[in-house]
Amino acid sequence: MSIRSHMLLVAGAVAGVLALAPASAQDAVKIGLILPMTGGQASTGKQIDNAVKLYMQQNGDTVAGRKIEIILKDDAAVPDNTKRLAQELIVNDKVSFIAGFGVTPAALAAAPLATQAKIPEIVMAAGTSIITERSPYIVRTSFTLAQSSTIIGDWAAKNGIKKVATLTSDFAPGNDALTFFKQHFTAGGGEIVEEVKVPLQNPDFAPFLQRMKDSKPDAVFVFVPAGQGGNFMKQYSERGLDKAGIKVIGPGDVMDDDLLAGMGDAALGTVTAHLYSAAHPSAANKEFVAAYKKAFNSRPGFMAVGGYDGIRLIYEALKKTGGKTDGDALIEAMKGMKWESPRGPISIDPETRDIVQNIYIRKVEKVDGELYNVEFATFEAVKDSGKTKK
Amino acid sequence: MSALPDISSHAIARARWRKSEFVFWILVLACAFLFPSRYLIMTDILRLALFALSLDLILGYAGIVSLGHAAFFGVGAYSAGLLALHGIITEPVLALVASGLVAMVLGFLTSFLVIRGVDLTRLMVTLGIALLLEALGERFSNITGGTDGLQGIEMAPILGLFPFDMFGKTGFFYSLIVLFLMFLLARRVVNSPFGLSLRAIKNNPLRASAIGVPVNRRLIAIYTLAAFYAGIAGALFTQTTALASLDVFAFEKSADLMLVLVLGGTGYLYGGLIGAVVFKMLQEFFSTITPQYWLFWIGLVLVVIVLVGRERLHRWALWLPNLVIRQLAGRKAVVTVPESEAP
Repeated sequence: MSIRSHMLLVAGAVAGVLALAPASAQDAVKIGLILPMTGGQASTGKQIDNAVKLYMQQNGDTVAGRKIEIILKDDAAVPDNTKRLAQELIVNDKVSFIAGFGVTPAALAAAPLATQAKIPEIVMAAGTSIITERSPYIVRTSFTLAQSSTIIGDWAAKNGIKKVATLTSDFAPGNDALTFFKQHFTAGGGEIVEEVKVPLQNPDFAPFLQRMKDSKPDAVFVFVPAGQGGNFMKQYSERGLDKAGIKVIGPGDVMDDDLLAGMGDAALGTVTAHLYSAAHPSAANKEFVAAYKKAFNSRPGFMAVGGYDGIRLIYEALKKTGGKTDGDALIEAMKGMKWESPRGPISIDPETRDIVQNIYIRKVEKVDGELYNVEFATFEAVKDSGKTKK
Repeated sequence: MSALPDISSHAIARARWRKSEFVFWILVLACAFLFPSRYLIMTDILRLALFALSLDLILGYAGIVSLGHAAFFGVGAYSAGLLALHGIITEPVLALVASGLVAMVLGFLTSFLVIRGVDLTRLMVTLGIALLLEALGERFSNITGGTDGLQGIEMAPILGLFPFDMFGKTGFFYSLIVLFLMFLLARRVVNSPFGLSLRAIKNNPLRASAIGVPVNRRLIAIYTLAAFYAGIAGALFTQTTALASLDVFAFEKSADLMLVLVLGGTGYLYGGLIGAVVFKMLQEFFSTITPQYWLFWIGLVLVVIVLVGRERLHRWALWLPNLVIRQLAGRKAVVTVPESEAP
């Protein structure tokens, strides 16, 4: 039978690939970066990967006398891939950090591994509140949906918006966004007239948008993950919701800077609450945006900032421990750390290991012929209310 | 030569274990000790192999094409996850069998739809069933956890003795034993008179029914059995990763499975196993080199393999080993590919 010949070939290939031992300098600090580089969330992965590269270009690849080595892996935002990759990075590559995590299920899948291996897990993107509660080794540099959703809820109630229809992606962060928005908006006297959850993968917004239009709200509260905002706005204007005078509000994910420039004038006037705008008027941000544009020929979004601050956190923690990679010491070093990020002043909450940051209310306007989220109100040092309530 | 004893002796000869098969399984076992740091990917391969074995049973032996085999995989995965999560059956082996049975019931019920059509209809029907289940999983997210998947699954030790460990050692040997037992069963089935009648159906359903083979009943039986296999593969997935999310129903899962069989060949049981190894190795190899563009390279390799054909590829790849053998032994090449193996 052909089994024998098959076997010869396969055995050779197996031995070759499995034995591909990662060869590298012994004293390097390895960081396993697990991101969705393919599939629906690929834009998140790309931004974070870019930002990490940029930071390392700017700050060198040596910290406290030790070389930093990034091992990038693609999990396509599928949690079982994430788990396997994290496990292999920890066991085989002996990484000192696992970082990245494009979506919540991926971050959660890796959490038990971080605990077992006592290795810091730096969450650079996923934004559900519960993530940092799943392991004492998780530190987050992105955001939580509660942070921005509560604030936009309060803002909407105070600014003459009475009736809101909601459209959120049906997974943990979307549900977080909806819950916190609803809580704050209805407490302020607002009314939810229509509640729609759309599937996360390949959503078609059109039928939902028609329902929203029919319920005649003052505004639509939208949460879709980074990367889907462009598609949403396209269908929003195709269905004529902008002409019907229905505004878009929400956490800033839908107005991701990455896609904003291509959304067209339908996006004008959209008010969102978020952690970062590429138009943030600070010297640190101007420098960051210019460097990012120069290196990658595109505008950085909030995912890029999450990655940029994430790698910075790793660098600073290593400086504090003098290059030691003991997990507990690194986590201790990260707790309470403060710095000036492109998004503004941020810090790591020593109790929850979650990020504390300013949340800005922004309106989409044209600046030099391009669409930007222009900030007009600031809420300082916002903690994750998803946890402080407990 | 009378026909009857010839057929039975032929069948018995086919069913006999060959030396190469022993070598194959010894090699598989050897991998466990050669690459102790790669248990996870090897477990991944074993699961895929079992899943592919399931498709091979219906595609390679009964000629039923399916683009929705992930349906049974997913049902098995969620059954195992829910059983463990709610503490209904905590012992993994029992839960594994139970999950397989759940998938089997679904397989039995849907088999009536599948046997009604021919190839193209079958593709559509199976695809539809998988999509249907995925949508149901999405709709009843209070049970399935939706896109987030089932959270907080904790697996009890196997037989109360072997806890699952972080390095995946237990998971690997568990999967290996399950795969081997399931393989033995499959081997027994396809070499039985039942298996022979399936081949007859595959070759010509009309003629098969003319000589008295109950075509539909046989097809229902093998489809149900294949669903059981896929369910076991799915349950194995949940048990070894402690995860179950809607991805288990994804179309890509069913499509990948087809690719695995295209790579490995159908109708001799080892095709799924070998295909799974090749497929995962390609994936691992390319995604290590280029995490961003590995899909492109995989696609390219698949196209090349199909264009060139497995047979010719083998001849090229085996040219060098054959040359060496010829030089050393001074005789004709021993490593060849029989032409009759094309699926």
